[in-house]
Amino acid sequence: MSDTFFTTSPHWGWYIVLYFFVGGIAGGAMFLASCLRLFGRAVDRPVMHLGHYLAVAGAAFSGLLLTVDLSRPERFWRMLTAFKAGSPMSVGAWVVMLFSLVASLAALASLTEEKRVSWRFAAVLGGRTIGSIVAVVGGLLGLFLAGYTGVLLAVTNRPLWADSTWLGVLFLFSGLSTAAAALVFLGRRRGAATESVAWLLRFDRRVILLEAVALVAFLGSLGSLARVFVGGWGLLLLGTIALAIVAPLWLEARRRRNHAFAAPLLVLAGGLLLRVVVIFSSSGIEPIGTGVAGR
Amino acid sequence: MPEAMGFFTDTTVCIGCKACEVACKSWNQIPVVGLESLTMSGLSYDNTRQLDGTHWRHVKFVEQFDAERNGRWLMMSDVCKHCVEAPCLEVCPTDAIVRTEFDTVLIRQDICNGCRLCIAACPFGVIDINPIAGTAQKCTLCYDRLQNGLVPACAQACPTQSIQFGPIEELKVKARRRVGDLHAAGEGRAHLYGADADMLGGLNSFYLLVDEPEVYGLPRNPRSPARNLAKSGLLSAVGAAIAAVLALVGLRDRRIGEVAAEERASPP
Repeated sequence: MSDTFFTTSPHWGWYIVLYFFVGGIAGGAMFLASCLRLFGRAVDRPVMHLGHYLAVAGAAFSGLLLTVDLSRPERFWRMLTAFKAGSPMSVGAWVVMLFSLVASLAALASLTEEKRVSWRFAAVLGGRTIGSIVAVVGGLLGLFLAGYTGVLLAVTNRPLWADSTWLGVLFLFSGLSTAAAALVFLGRRRGAATESVAWLLRFDRRVILLEAVALVAFLGSLGSLARVFVGGWGLLLLGTIALAIVAPLWLEARRRRNHAFAAPLLVLAGGLLLRVVVIFSSSGIEPIGTGVAGR
Repeated sequence: MPEAMGFFTDTTVCIGCKACEVACKSWNQIPVVGLESLTMSGLSYDNTRQLDGTHWRHVKFVEQFDAERNGRWLMMSDVCKHCVEAPCLEVCPTDAIVRTEFDTVLIRQDICNGCRLCIAACPFGVIDINPIAGTAQKCTLCYDRLQNGLVPACAQACPTQSIQFGPIEELKVKARRRVGDLHAAGEGRAHLYGADADMLGGLNSFYLLVDEPEVYGLPRNPRSPARNLAKSGLLSAVGAAIAAVLALVGLRDRRIGEVAAEERASPP
């Protein structure tokens, strides 16, 4: 019996599921926008702007979700009066704050470039040097934001989460995949160039394959514990695999005309379901390990 | 600085009277919450059920009987282990959890914001949210009583000295002598749980057991959650690097294709 079965659930529910999903999209969108900012061309600007807006909206929503999830929300600021390098939640809280700041600067630069605001201060942000710095820092913070949530789950003593070290990289690839999907889906109505969408789709295909590898590694690393996925949780996991991995790749391969609409939605639904399965199955399997005397 | 203080719980003399639970609730003014506290659990004589935010002491009842009703009772008063290398303290993002001058682990109630990471980190399932306060709560080892030279309420109330309080080093000497006595008396299964530094640096609340730890609902090998940090972080960093390469290679390949197309369109 895994020693993780003697522990108590932290009661993380839908707020946290949603945060893990939104945070992955926000971080991934910022990373992809940064790639376009640094190495893209003029045709990529609409998708880059969209990435910045998605990042800042996601960051704001993330902060809200994390705050309302606290049992004492009015004390959220206590996270920012301490710093612990060994605590993923402590580092994560700081990263969410810094990410919000950098994503705001990038979004402001985008608003200026799209002539939606005309502040002299904001124009400076779009400059070559400052813009590049914002893109590099934002891209790195975005990658961190997309992946640290899985590391946070591993650095506990809970069933499944702490029984594997693959959740971080699994959430990272899933987050990047959902971010690319969100940009493709929303970009269609915001004048995204065919070249930009083609790059996003190609990136998404490869990241989905990596996600599949990470998922297999995660299940493999659980050893005999993987048997908890025989049954209801297994069905949900199969649904996740179908939505996030198999169906989008299949649609892509068939090159259906409407795939650019359907595939991103499937990827997004699969990304959400992955987090539902990972977070709720941990406490759902508790009865298996309940000892004679309980905890 | 005072020396390290703690509990030695000798489960062989626990009679399951729950005086420790009552004394704990009474001194610390912990409320009764929810209907479950007023209903029978069906789990032997255990209606407390578990350690949580409103139960800082919990007497476990283990019935080991065969079909002919021959066997024995095991009883154990469970509590926070006040680990020397405490996982809850290591992960707490607000620094609400601190180590006191008595080498005990305390959750400062004016700091905790209820993020609940400590609940997931504790290898023993000790901590939970007190629904009235909205903060994570557990045994304080009666920090207020210790500061005033008093014995913790549970240890003072225990009528059989199953719960013994004192300087950890003295308790360890006493506990090892007791194990020797039990072995001499024919109880060869007697052993100490958490008395050695190899279990989370040592538990400042350790136990004398006469069966496997799992029988008492205790993990055999409790570990720090930090064991997963380096590997999990490294895997994610490698994953991020691969993803970045894929994204940039995609942009480069696209550019190469465009240049080739331009050259085809306008030959020199």
